[in-house]
Amino acid sequence: MNSFQYSRAQDVADAVRQSAADGSAKFIAGGTNLVDLMKYEVERPARLIDISHLPLRAIEEPPGGGLRVGALVPNSDLAWHPQVKERYPLLSSAILAGASTQLRNMASTGGNLLQRTRCLYFYDVATPCNKRKPGSGCAAVGGINRINAILGTSDVCIATHPSDMCVALAALDATVHVVGPEGERAIAMTDFHRLPGDTPERDTNLGANEIVTAIALPARSFRTHYTYLKIRDRLSYAFALVAVAAALEIEGGIIREARLALGGVAHKPWRDPEAEAVLVGQSAERNTFAKAASVVLRDAKGFGHNDFKIDLARRTIIRALDQAAQGTPQSQSDKRIA
Amino acid sequence: MTSYIGTATSRIDGRDKVTGTARYAAEFGAPDLAYASLVTSPIARGRLKRLDVTAALKVQGVITVLSHQNRPSMADNDKAYKDQVAPRNGSPFRPLYDDGIKFSGQPVAVVLAEDLETASYAASLVHVAYDEEPHVTDITRQRYNGMALKAPAKPRGDATKAFSESDARHEADYFVPIEHHNPMELYASTAIWNDGRITVYDKTQGVQNVHGYLCGVFECDPGDIRVMSPYVGGAFGSGLRPPFQVALAVLAARAISRSVRLVLTRQQMYAIGYRPAMIQRIQLGAKADGSLNAISHDAVTSTSEYEDFHRNETTWSSLLYRSETAKYDHKLVRLDLPTGCDMRAPSAATGVYALEAAMDELAEALKMDPIELRLKCYSDRDQSNGLPFSSKNLRECYRQGAETFGWSRRNPAPRSMREGHEFIGWGMATGVWEALQMPIAVRIALTSNGHAEVSCATADIGTGTYTIMAQVAADMLGLPLEAISIKLGDSTLPQAPVEGGSWMAASVSNGIVTTSQAIRDDLLKLAQRLPGSPLKGRSGDEVVLANGAIALKTDGRDATAIADVMRSAGIDRIEREERTTFAKDDAHAHNTHSAIFAEVRVDEDIGVIRVTRVVSAVAAGRILNLKTARSQIMGGVVWGMGMALHEETLIDHRFGRMMNANIAEYHVPVNADVHDVDVIFVDEQDEFVNPMGIKGLGEIGIVGVPAAIANAVYHATGVRVRDLPITLDKLTRKA
Ligand SMILES: Cc1cc2nc3c(=O)[nH]c(=O)nc-3n(C[C@H](O)[C@H](O)[C@H](O)COP(=O)(O)OP(=O)(O)OC[C@H]3O[C@@H](n4cnc5c(N)ncnc54)[C@H](O)[C@@H]3O)c2cc1C
Ligand code: SF4
Repeated sequence: MNSFQYSRAQDVADAVRQSAADGSAKFIAGGTNLVDLMKYEVERPARLIDISHLPLRAIEEPPGGGLRVGALVPNSDLAWHPQVKERYPLLSSAILAGASTQLRNMASTGGNLLQRTRCLYFYDVATPCNKRKPGSGCAAVGGINRINAILGTSDVCIATHPSDMCVALAALDATVHVVGPEGERAIAMTDFHRLPGDTPERDTNLGANEIVTAIALPARSFRTHYTYLKIRDRLSYAFALVAVAAALEIEGGIIREARLALGGVAHKPWRDPEAEAVLVGQSAERNTFAKAASVVLRDAKGFGHNDFKIDLARRTIIRALDQAAQGTPQSQSDKRIA
Repeated sequence: MTSYIGTATSRIDGRDKVTGTARYAAEFGAPDLAYASLVTSPIARGRLKRLDVTAALKVQGVITVLSHQNRPSMADNDKAYKDQVAPRNGSPFRPLYDDGIKFSGQPVAVVLAEDLETASYAASLVHVAYDEEPHVTDITRQRYNGMALKAPAKPRGDATKAFSESDARHEADYFVPIEHHNPMELYASTAIWNDGRITVYDKTQGVQNVHGYLCGVFECDPGDIRVMSPYVGGAFGSGLRPPFQVALAVLAARAISRSVRLVLTRQQMYAIGYRPAMIQRIQLGAKADGSLNAISHDAVTSTSEYEDFHRNETTWSSLLYRSETAKYDHKLVRLDLPTGCDMRAPSAATGVYALEAAMDELAEALKMDPIELRLKCYSDRDQSNGLPFSSKNLRECYRQGAETFGWSRRNPAPRSMREGHEFIGWGMATGVWEALQMPIAVRIALTSNGHAEVSCATADIGTGTYTIMAQVAADMLGLPLEAISIKLGDSTLPQAPVEGGSWMAASVSNGIVTTSQAIRDDLLKLAQRLPGSPLKGRSGDEVVLANGAIALKTDGRDATAIADVMRSAGIDRIEREERTTFAKDDAHAHNTHSAIFAEVRVDEDIGVIRVTRVVSAVAAGRILNLKTARSQIMGGVVWGMGMALHEETLIDHRFGRMMNANIAEYHVPVNADVHDVDVIFVDEQDEFVNPMGIKGLGEIGIVGVPAAIANAVYHATGVRVRDLPITLDKLTRKA
């Protein structure tokens, strides 16, 4: 680990100011990802700006409906918040599918958005990795890539974004509120994370000195027909091989509105409007689901070890849509796949 | 009087562990403590060309940086580096000895600083240049380039011919990847410097092994080094040999004449040792009635470039089942990796996996029930040497295990049982391990206040050794459990072997019996001196120590309080140290056995596998403590689940580097993966194995479990995956 300065931010403006003043500073919230990366020498910030004391811990209902979640709300608090459990069970379920209780207690909402990939090479400074060291090459291509992406990859990076929470947020059309030197702005969740393209070192569209202050959830919450189905190598405490957030509005057996977001398959939570369009107006049945799955995966590409993810994603999408349609969401605690 | 042996006694060290008063190697310190951090090699083979420590030395708080260029002297002969468990052939790794690089992750420099953060920061500033040489780390590439090793037994008959003439035949390759022990406690050594003498607190399974090794490496007198290891947070075989960090901690302490602590990171621990990958080819041929007429077992395992580590996987095929003919072949290939090491049930966890999965496939070919096939080939003699077993109640394991599991309700057809989205599969397998014991010395000091201290340089690696030692001593000395204190994990205590091979319970228990008998005989002599002693003329065998008194064995008559005996003799302490050796029983084979039954549920679309039920029926002689014994078997079962479904160290062969060297990406089962585990101890009395009839439980719990699960997965899905771990992609790829 490198030697670094540590300072506390007094308020949001101070955090932004401190960040702008030190090009290699990083915000630290729960530290569950950043500290690990520092131990591995993947991140070597010269300064840590501790934002964990900022007053961004509220979960409030804004005047226009929906819900506004402060960036420092711990993942656990968010998952178990009565409003979230009641109105946004998809979000609650996705969070509970991630990490472990201990980690969720520490992890913040903002930190979860900005957690970095779990690509094995990203973590090992002895190997090439374009995301960690631009231009050094991508060891995952031709290497151990079982957990890597099948959608939206580029020649220089095939990493995935590992978050579960973000997949639900993408499905729910959440908005990320940020503050930077130029003031405040809102970024649609679906635009927050980037595809790797030629700049895999950039995970998100957050500006260099911007801080995430809140996440806003729109009023529509899909509390009846939803599921978060996460497939992984063990039944808890593992990142998704494929995860599917599915949310439907169904009237008389016909799908009126559909949201489908995938985790573990791309550099960002994967939404596909065309696939959702395939679902809308159709009856909620397996054939329809299979069609949507084919659309989502039409351009999917494997890299050897992760070829299986394409078929796994197809099967998982179908099952997830089925769970959502039946109103029998996946439980995150009963040790089984429903 | 209460007898403790055989009861479900809670751990006597449990309270200390859960309240945090039990101290582990990295928790000892000294006022002059310096902290060490390692610089390790990113390349798998070559030479260290240049080492630049300028930047590191400039950091405030850095004391020095040690490398092969400036280290204190170390022995320059292989013998000095050979610990008790070292492979016979080869040159043990010498940490920081020269510029040679033999594996990725090899330590090349040790940074010493006033605190850990400074040490690890400075370590990141050490610049090293290497001359890289081509390396090979992939066992599959070397499969046909192995050195032949001695077979466990002579071939019987013409197995090739018999196989070709068999009514039913099965032949397949089975693969087990590299696996790591991943004990919870990180490898750590704290070397406390005391005017040239060093006390090392180390995480080890054998303090005296480490002691002997350090004395050899640093060419010092036995009195100059003391090794302590009061508690061990799991080791599973990885702590049998002295790991490099203990040598480096001592080296560093000698270099700076200060106390030094070196704790490895989880990633660095992956270079300590592992279960080598292996490729096994099994051929089984049988007559139509299921009797085996050919077994052929070929194994290819790997070792490092510098030592020949191997345990013979084929041993188990050579002893377990009756077969007219048999042949074995074991080859060892060299890879540019650190030497592998023992890991829970070395060779059996892997060898029996292949054999028992193959037996299941043969049963399928014969359209025979898997238990029936095993009973058909059941042997009361070790097939490799013809010796009868000292005891073998495997039949009863099959019977009781099957009954508890409900095996008779199994529909033999694959994919025939289902519920909801899941196929249900039931599989079973046999487990086998050796029952061993080693010479050991035990000291007991009995004081007239009715307290006894039992000491021996053994280890409690979490298995419950403290507790069983206290139980045996309490029973033998006729004292309550609370009156016994146990000292272990100190190299100055009476001689003990390393804790491994499942031999410690038998060794130390019999050792305690021997010394207790010496104490009893001393007490008898003293008692007989009492005026009018009713014990006059009695021999040691005729009396017992019970309820704080010495009395006649037959009916407890003529009891004389031990306190009175000692008081009237004018002594308040009797101390005895006795060495126990075990008569060689050449007339028998000595083994533990088990039958494992597993239920899995496999999602029909997605391939997620859940192990929803396991019954393990174990025949392992006398069970000393039902509670710790059950935990031991349960831990083995859970580990077997990991081996079947999760565990695999991934190496990128281009870099010769282990890529998932952490417990987020190296998967072991978590709570959500574990459902019902039922442990049955089948009654087994053994009058030959050792006087107490103890066979040990350390390893048997895992053996057979991977095969039972693999067989259950096949029964559920009709898909046979032979290369472990059985991950869902392998299932769906084949489906
Ligand atoms: C072993 C393990 C298993 C895990 N498993 C899962 C899993 O299955 N699913 C899953 O979704 N997650 C998983 N996680 C990841 C976990 O969810 C994240 O580590 C956590 O959400 C990060 O939050 P934090 O507050 O600790 O972030 P930190 O570590 O403090 O920060 C992470 C990054 O976010 C930046 N940051 C933090 N807050 C802000 C802000 N408000 N504005 C701008 N930048 C900010 C930091 O600068 C840093 O770059 C796992 C983590 C571990 C260690
Ligand atoms: S996939 Fe991305 S993160 Fe992984 S090695 Fe390639 S560039 Fe690095």
